Amino acid sequence: MLAPYPRLRAVLLRCAQAIPVVIGVVVISFLLTRALPGDPAVYFAGIMADEASIEETRIAMGLDKPLPQQFLIYVGELLRGDLGMSLSSGRPVATDLANRLPASLELTLTALLLACAIAIPMGVMAATRSGTWIDHLCRVVVTAGVSLPTFFTGILLIFVFYYLLGIAPAPLGRLDFIYIEPDHVTGFYLIDAALMGDWETWRGAAKQLILPAGTLALFTLAPIARMTRAAMLTALSSDFIRTARAAGLSGRKVLYAYAFRNALLPVVTTLGMVFSFALGANVLVEKVFAWPGIGSYAVEALVVSDYAAVQGFVLAMALLFVLLNLVIDLLYTAIDPRIGFDAK
Amino acid sequence: MTTTTTRRDFLRMGAAGASVLPFLKAMPAAAQGSDTMVVVIGQTINSLDLHRTGTSRAAYQVGINCYDRLVSFGTKEAIGGGYSYDYSVIEPELAESWTVSDDGMTLTFKLKPNATFWDGRKVTAQDVKWSFDRAVSVGGFPTVQMKAGGLERPEQFIAEDEETFVIKLDRPSKLTIPDLAVPVPYVINALEVQANAAPDDPWGLEYLHTTPAGSGAFKVLRWSPGEQLIYERNDAWVGGPMPALKRVVIREVPSPATSRALIERGDVQMAFGIPDKDAAELADTLDVFSTPVENCIHCLCPNFSFEPFQDANVRKAIAYAVPYEDIFQTAAFGRGLPLYGGSAEIPDGDIAWPRKTQYDTDLDKARELMAASAWPDGFSVPLSISLDLASWMEPTALLVQEALGKIGITVEIEKIPGANWRTAVLVEKRLPLHLENFGGWLNTPDYYFFWAYKDGHLFNSSNYRNEEIEQLVDASLHMPMDDPAYAPMIKRMFEIALDELPRIPLYQPALNVAANGAEGYEFWFHRQLDVRPIKVT
Repeated sequence: MLAPYPRLRAVLLRCAQAIPVVIGVVVISFLLTRALPGDPAVYFAGIMADEASIEETRIAMGLDKPLPQQFLIYVGELLRGDLGMSLSSGRPVATDLANRLPASLELTLTALLLACAIAIPMGVMAATRSGTWIDHLCRVVVTAGVSLPTFFTGILLIFVFYYLLGIAPAPLGRLDFIYIEPDHVTGFYLIDAALMGDWETWRGAAKQLILPAGTLALFTLAPIARMTRAAMLTALSSDFIRTARAAGLSGRKVLYAYAFRNALLPVVTTLGMVFSFALGANVLVEKVFAWPGIGSYAVEALVVSDYAAVQGFVLAMALLFVLLNLVIDLLYTAIDPRIGFDAK
Repeated sequence: MTTTTTRRDFLRMGAAGASVLPFLKAMPAAAQGSDTMVVVIGQTINSLDLHRTGTSRAAYQVGINCYDRLVSFGTKEAIGGGYSYDYSVIEPELAESWTVSDDGMTLTFKLKPNATFWDGRKVTAQDVKWSFDRAVSVGGFPTVQMKAGGLERPEQFIAEDEETFVIKLDRPSKLTIPDLAVPVPYVINALEVQANAAPDDPWGLEYLHTTPAGSGAFKVLRWSPGEQLIYERNDAWVGGPMPALKRVVIREVPSPATSRALIERGDVQMAFGIPDKDAAELADTLDVFSTPVENCIHCLCPNFSFEPFQDANVRKAIAYAVPYEDIFQTAAFGRGLPLYGGSAEIPDGDIAWPRKTQYDTDLDKARELMAASAWPDGFSVPLSISLDLASWMEPTALLVQEALGKIGITVEIEKIPGANWRTAVLVEKRLPLHLENFGGWLNTPDYYFFWAYKDGHLFNSSNYRNEEIEQLVDASLHMPMDDPAYAPMIKRMFEIALDELPRIPLYQPALNVAANGAEGYEFWFHRQLDVRPIKVT
């Protein structure tokens, strides 16, 4: 019945294909968290707790039951949309994720936009003028971006722009304490503040975002620029470009309509990969800038064996990547009509 | 609080207050009037209720600043600058006065008649009883801490009339009244909790987790876990002198480097619990308070269940081989107090603890002792450290490894993840050689010995047992400190413990706080920030 809408059908098909992946993730994350060293009941009962209170804590956490039963309870709650309570933050995992995932996404997406805005033109220019100073500059920036660890870049940027020059705002998280966070609509402060028309807060949030996003952008810029340059070089030396040139098309048209569009495919693939590892690299940036994101949340939960929080995090990430892959595949078809979406 | 305070309410509160923060002006430094302070901390406040399972240490400050206890401790000048609480002076907080019966078994407290909760209701003895019942009933840490003062069952607490509260003890103890001044036995608005808590949650654990209901000096204005907590002064507080600060913002900044930049720039007035290294480096430019933590020792513990350590000569050889000065300078950056190079002779009446030991680095003596031991050719042993405490344990372990190598003991460093550490070191007590950092909240030597030297007790991670120590601790634990028999007993305990060395004291650590434009900081044994006495200049 969806035959008249091939794209919609394909999207639904892809979503259906994601179901086994999600089931696998649920099982594996459950088993892996249980395999973590350490006993959360002992940890959360506190340092002075005696045997009896540890046992009480174990029962309160439901850890006294056999593993299969714990799993069934977990799945049952999951089906009702309940991700459980995080012991380390003392709140439902769903609430924590709803607060923290947008913080990380806002940071990562801003960083990626920033990185693309710099890396893609730089890669294109480096390819068209290979061997010139701009190519060398590209190489230097790329090498520096990859070789500087993010926490180092972060601390360096704070030192220069906040500590020495005093032009950056205090690295105190998403918003300085004098602002009130905007009403929660999407959880992206920039979007929420814009929706409310509160431009003061929007500026405040944007200012807080510049340094951490810049740090992350420096790190993600390198693979994008390299890939753009390489893909452009390949495209520019292809036969169809020579044909286009021979046909007398303008240099601009050849470069952007033919070469760049063809070079975009590997760049988009790289973007997908960069996005995933940027979410991971976030942890260090989040720590340095006191950013209340998902990375630091997951690491803290992992350290104390906070099962519900770790499982919720893994599940959220899995869903995010299913979505990301779908978006990238859709982008492919938009960029290159030769790629049939339902062919796969 | 977070869920109920809307943006509009918050702005209105700000506008209505005596001091108005110039909200929405992007000048944080200028925005802070003399009645607002911003503090950065490294840990997360994960609950507003100390009695709840899993509440983090950083969250204890809510119990201190938002709630009142019956009594509190006095104030004295501290070593290392600033002030400290004074264990020897008990001051009233919610109680106006109290009497102890002649047999020491009945304590009668008269509550301040004008004390009110935040909702305006009078604080009654029934509220005190309900709060104490809760602390001894919910299990876990609060119940253990109450027990230390002989407070174990709800039947011990009697609300005689509205303003009279009575505690019946099973035996008189010098620890009872100090134990009423620790953060745990705070007084909660029982009626408010009973009206709001779910039927299956009689102690309101879920309600108080997010909504404090107390009579303390500060209310919680906003709380965003993982980000910040904002206190606002309770102008009707009668528990002590009215705080100078109207509003205090606690921001969580996990990176010490970032905290340091913030405090140096002056955008925050206080950085609480900074690393020893930063404290040492900032001491010249800012007000840095490095208060030695009372009744706390960083120790190297040889476990008696590991055969070579049953040999007294081996333990002494280690005590003479440890490079104390290097450890104190490298691991603690000279913050805190060194505990080596003292005299073995303990003067009569000297009950100071932690104290300097008779040991100092003397490799020749260490080698002699090793030669005289049953293990002249040495042996190899793992030295275990916790990854959570790596900042001091790692450099210390490396120095110990190097030094013990010189007397023939091959040391391999074993790093244990934080979540496993407690089980391995304190419960199973299976680590042959390890570092340990116990500190007692109640500041008496017998209390330290009770936890750390008695057989089977939690912090006796060396599996040490000495019959005389067992007897001495039992006899002295509840005895008043001015009893003539007390000091000689303590002296004997020190002599035995420092001769037998189940724990080799390395140094007394410090709690470091940097202030830039704030004064009146006071150190507390609970190692959390009491914002009540602080002023901003």
